[in-house]
Amino acid sequence: MTAINHQEHFDHKIDNDITIEPRDWMPDDYRKTLIRQISQHAHSEVVGMLPEGNWITRAPSLRRKAVLLAKVQDEAGHGLYLYSAAETLGITRDQMYEQLHSGKAKYSSIFNYPTITWADMGAIGWLVDGAAIMNQVPLCRTSYGPYARAMVRVCKEESFHQRQGFEIMMQLCKGTAAQKKMAQDALNRWWWPALMMFGPTDDASPHTARSMRWRIKRFTNDELRQKMVDVTVEQAKVLGLTMPDPDLKWNEARGHYDFGAINWEEFNNVIKGNGPCNKERLNTRRKAWQEGQWVRDAALAYARKQASADGTPA
Amino acid sequence: MNQNLHQLNYILQLADNLLIHAQRLGEWCGHGPILEQDIALTNTCLDHIGATRSLYQYAAELVNQLTPLERQTMFTSPALEQVFTKGLPAKEDDIAYLRDAWDFKNVLLVEQPNEDWAYTIAKCFFMDAYHLALYSALKSSNNSVLAGVADKSLKEVKYHLKWSSEWVIRLGDGTEESHERMQTAINERWAYTGELFQASAADVAAMEAGYGADLCALQTTWNAQVQSVFTLAKLSIPDNSWMQQGGKEGRHTEHLGYILAEMQYLQRAYPGMEW
Ligand SMILES: [Fe+2]
Ligand SMILES: [Fe+2]
Repeated sequence: MTAINHQEHFDHKIDNDITIEPRDWMPDDYRKTLIRQISQHAHSEVVGMLPEGNWITRAPSLRRKAVLLAKVQDEAGHGLYLYSAAETLGITRDQMYEQLHSGKAKYSSIFNYPTITWADMGAIGWLVDGAAIMNQVPLCRTSYGPYARAMVRVCKEESFHQRQGFEIMMQLCKGTAAQKKMAQDALNRWWWPALMMFGPTDDASPHTARSMRWRIKRFTNDELRQKMVDVTVEQAKVLGLTMPDPDLKWNEARGHYDFGAINWEEFNNVIKGNGPCNKERLNTRRKAWQEGQWVRDAALAYARKQASADGTPA
Repeated sequence: MNQNLHQLNYILQLADNLLIHAQRLGEWCGHGPILEQDIALTNTCLDHIGATRSLYQYAAELVNQLTPLERQTMFTSPALEQVFTKGLPAKEDDIAYLRDAWDFKNVLLVEQPNEDWAYTIAKCFFMDAYHLALYSALKSSNNSVLAGVADKSLKEVKYHLKWSSEWVIRLGDGTEESHERMQTAINERWAYTGELFQASAADVAAMEAGYGADLCALQTTWNAQVQSVFTLAKLSIPDNSWMQQGGKEGRHTEHLGYILAEMQYLQRAYPGMEW
């Protein structure tokens, strides 16, 4: 087939909701964009283990400790599925790690905020996993097969996390005044960063049209953000918490809540590396990687010895 | 000491071992050398928490049956006494979160710091081999709760031991560096293994009453297990046979106080709340 035929064939699949598989021809930009998007997503899962991992040793009950451990472990699993999906596009996990550790690859900015009280475990599950679900459910039908299949597994677990987070908040809200204050404080701190998780406004995201055309994005940032606001306001009412936005108001004509202006300067600063925990998160990942080098070397050396003892080439 | 207290102490020895071991392993979550191994270690940790919760629930039942005087012989914990002053029954979390270090009965081995992957693997391997032998024996305990926990945990611990043994072998027979690190970790932690088989008054009472395991028999099984894995791993058992002890009597290393300070801080700072 000629390049033009390839392109037509690809376009035909995209237009007809047929998935693209690893062996299929695909435009270079499609491949590059996907590698960037999937690896960024994988990095977010793995870096995202850190803020919650913080509280494993301090969880206030054995049940909460087990649930939190299982949650953080799920995120590691999500990282694995996603790294594997990205590998089908011709990049190795080690290369992706290298990009993360050098600062070349990004991860979700939300994980550069600190977890300072137990209520943050509730707020993260409720709001951060909640926002992740909104971003990710549409990706279960994304055009790239391995990515779509990974997202199906991820989304099932994310909705479980969201419910667990909400349950932590609920427990705090029906607890003592101190506990309720803890819950409100966590909502105040996580609300705006959670809204920023949907990315820049539509007029400031130049690749949206192309990504929607390729079905690696199925709703715009602003559409998803609005959905998040509408859903969360109702949930906050159930909890009896106050949304930290004085401009929040139901708009009868639009059928949506209007909400206040997002501080994009803060968003850009955190992306640039100036968030409260950027350095710490990245250094923690680098440290784990460096200190694990001798372990990985040993595993490799041992596997080679075993293979040569079996007479199979390593 | 009467039989009730011996029994409670025996349960606490088992439960505290699992909890403190799990607490240390939980420190690895998100920091492992290989993502797949991070997941594996967390699995082990979750199994231990599951088992320890069953044991603490049982321990709480036993504590609730004690007389105030018996309780005060067992524990020096104003926080736990507060629960009873309010007329409430103690629950699993009260037992885990409201006792201070001197009321903990875990062996010193599990409270030692993780240090690196080799130290952690050494600790896991020693404990997994111990738990396999222990649960195999407790499966036929005349105490149905203990027998139940042992039966359920047996399947899990077989897998834990397979995992940690494989890592001992992989590191022992991997690179020169990994061999040296693994041997060093074993040398450093070896002195904490004797206590596993050192019978406390509770251990003796438990064996005599037929609900506990025979530690001498356990030690024979454990030694054989360790020796066979070390041979495959090209590692050796240290010459120094001096053994540390005290954990089962509540005399701990400096580490336990820090572990509890971290683990219990929310329960202590916001007493009496539901989480
Ligand atoms: Fe996730
Ligand atoms: Fe999640």
